[in-house]
Amino acid sequence: MVMIRPLSEALTDTSVDLPEGKPLLEITDLALRFGGTRAIDGVSFDVKNGELFSIIGPNGAGKTSIFNVLSGVYRPQAGSVRFLDRSLLGMRPDAIAKLGISRMFQNIELFDNLTVLDNLMLGRHQHLDYGMLSGMAWVGKAKRIELTNRRIVEDIIDFLEIEAHRKFPVGMLPYGIKKRVELGRALAMEPKLLLLDEPVAGMNVEETEDMARFILDIRAELDLTMIMVEHDMGLVMDLADRVMVLDFGKRISLGEPEEVQNDPAVIAAYLGEGDEGPTLEDEIAESKGGQDVEEAAT
Amino acid sequence: MSAPTTQQVEPRTPRRTLRGRPELYTDYAKDQALLNTPAKRFWTGLLLLAALVLPWMPFATRAWIGNLTVVLIYAIGGIGLNLVTGFAGQVSLGHAFFVGVGAFSAAFLGGSPGRAAGGLELEMWVWLPLSGLIAMVIGLAVAPLAARVRGLYLAILTLGLVFLGEHIFREWEFITGGFIGRSAPDPIVGGFNLYQRQEIFGVDVTREAIYYTFCLVILVVMALLARNLARSGSGRAFAAVRDRDIAAEVMGVPLLRTKVVAFGVSSFYAGVCGALLTIPFGQITPENFGGLAGLLLSVEFLAVILIGGVATISGSIIGAAFVVLLPRVVEIASQYIPFVGGQGSGAFLTVFQVNGILFGALIVAFLVLEPRGLFGLWLRVRNYWKAWPFSY
Repeated sequence: MVMIRPLSEALTDTSVDLPEGKPLLEITDLALRFGGTRAIDGVSFDVKNGELFSIIGPNGAGKTSIFNVLSGVYRPQAGSVRFLDRSLLGMRPDAIAKLGISRMFQNIELFDNLTVLDNLMLGRHQHLDYGMLSGMAWVGKAKRIELTNRRIVEDIIDFLEIEAHRKFPVGMLPYGIKKRVELGRALAMEPKLLLLDEPVAGMNVEETEDMARFILDIRAELDLTMIMVEHDMGLVMDLADRVMVLDFGKRISLGEPEEVQNDPAVIAAYLGEGDEGPTLEDEIAESKGGQDVEEAAT
Repeated sequence: MSAPTTQQVEPRTPRRTLRGRPELYTDYAKDQALLNTPAKRFWTGLLLLAALVLPWMPFATRAWIGNLTVVLIYAIGGIGLNLVTGFAGQVSLGHAFFVGVGAFSAAFLGGSPGRAAGGLELEMWVWLPLSGLIAMVIGLAVAPLAARVRGLYLAILTLGLVFLGEHIFREWEFITGGFIGRSAPDPIVGGFNLYQRQEIFGVDVTREAIYYTFCLVILVVMALLARNLARSGSGRAFAAVRDRDIAAEVMGVPLLRTKVVAFGVSSFYAGVCGALLTIPFGQITPENFGGLAGLLLSVEFLAVILIGGVATISGSIIGAAFVVLLPRVVEIASQYIPFVGGQGSGAFLTVFQVNGILFGALIVAFLVLEPRGLFGLWLRVRNYWKAWPFSY
């Protein structure tokens, strides 16, 4: 019999030992242009070890572009990106993945024709250190490594409560489950930094609460550093340790959730100048549907 | 004497309990096994047994065993194309070129020197794997170029190989024998000719039966290797590149390397297929693999995987049977259909034309109605009976 383990026993390599005050990720003066459009315009920030850092901003502010720079899909024109004291600039996406950065995509980017199991096993791809010929023979090392990783994947399936969907091709699954599978695939990579790009976009209240619970559990069990881009203000203000606000590629605010909420620059960016209409607090209260997300999750 | 004791009647144990619960998996190894249900084990075993005893059946004529041998060889080539096109999603119209490379390599390595052509007269256990390796090396050399383009452009690029191949096959006389080609190598393993009537343990065996059995063994081994490849990390990487290449890269799958590996493995299978094909062909010429004939052969292999089932190994084998045997069946059937006749018989349609029409219609029908091919049809039947009497 195989027993299911807690996540912290399945994924053991997610926390980093860094000296006090040393950031896990440092971004300085990052600039990314597409022709004349400045998608990211001189943004600097750092992410502390073990922190849940959130990036918010109106549409087109450059949030996802930062993720694409971090995972090596876009090449920035200027600035530096340092992760664990290594520059990520110019590295290919698969090399960055090996360093320990994994991500969830804004629009689901799962491998549609593969089953949930195979998708998660692809998350483990960089941990499968057997050769192709060994895989073709399927004896000894290859089989052993496949089984060990299958077990880790099963622990993640158990954690995300998607046992029933294990052997379905993901193309057939409903949206909320696909999002969970994507979180699972990113987790399976056993990352040191997890990028969540709108994890609750398009979800209803229950699904949002489930996702919030998973994110909190991942933090508690794995001590994993995360960066989250999200439009759901209630979720961001409840979960994040620090929030950075972008507008038109520029950083307009950075600080604890309460500071950011009351920053005049942020209010202006979201709601325009002037004092008519709803305030940011109203929007937060509305998105929570009257209840505290963190409270609901515990 | 004591009275006969009344037999204690044991309640009959249900057969289901005796067999255990074969579909209850208690570890991941059982779940991941290739033949993970009793039904799969039974039918695969039965099919293999049937394939093995087929040449010994009284109704098996030499011509039919020859046809079945070609099925087995086409299946190897089909598996190769399925690895690169079905699994890794890189459409290749150049498969015939690699089959040709394998065939001429085999003819050069195993054949005897002729008028213009050289020959090394090696034994089959050398020339068979070496032909695959030569095709693989050429595949690996072409792949970095091919990996930069996709879709239609890739199809055209690989199509170019076929026409490039025609030129090389014609001009490099020392290897290929030039315009007239050259004869097939002798399939000799340890002094034993695999394509010659032999007496084995006092039984007279036809050369077709010997070669058929040999090809069957090679196919089973290569199909098994391909199936394992498909379920291991490399195979999943192929599928990831096919489904979403950007996401695959972010997951740590090196894009270029994965595509190159897919081309390499596929070319190896094509090379072995070509090398084995030389024997039933007897004489191989550039006309077999280059130019328009090569394009036709490439399309035939595409038909194998489209009709059989994209991204399935067993589908490639069914597809090969379909593509190779259909013309033979049409040939036989033509005797009973009034307006179809052989070449030059003056009939309204020749057998060749009927084949062309049927192929075209079948490919269109499968693409529109069941893109998963015959394998998909089988899945439908299986799921229907699994759920019977309910519709789902």
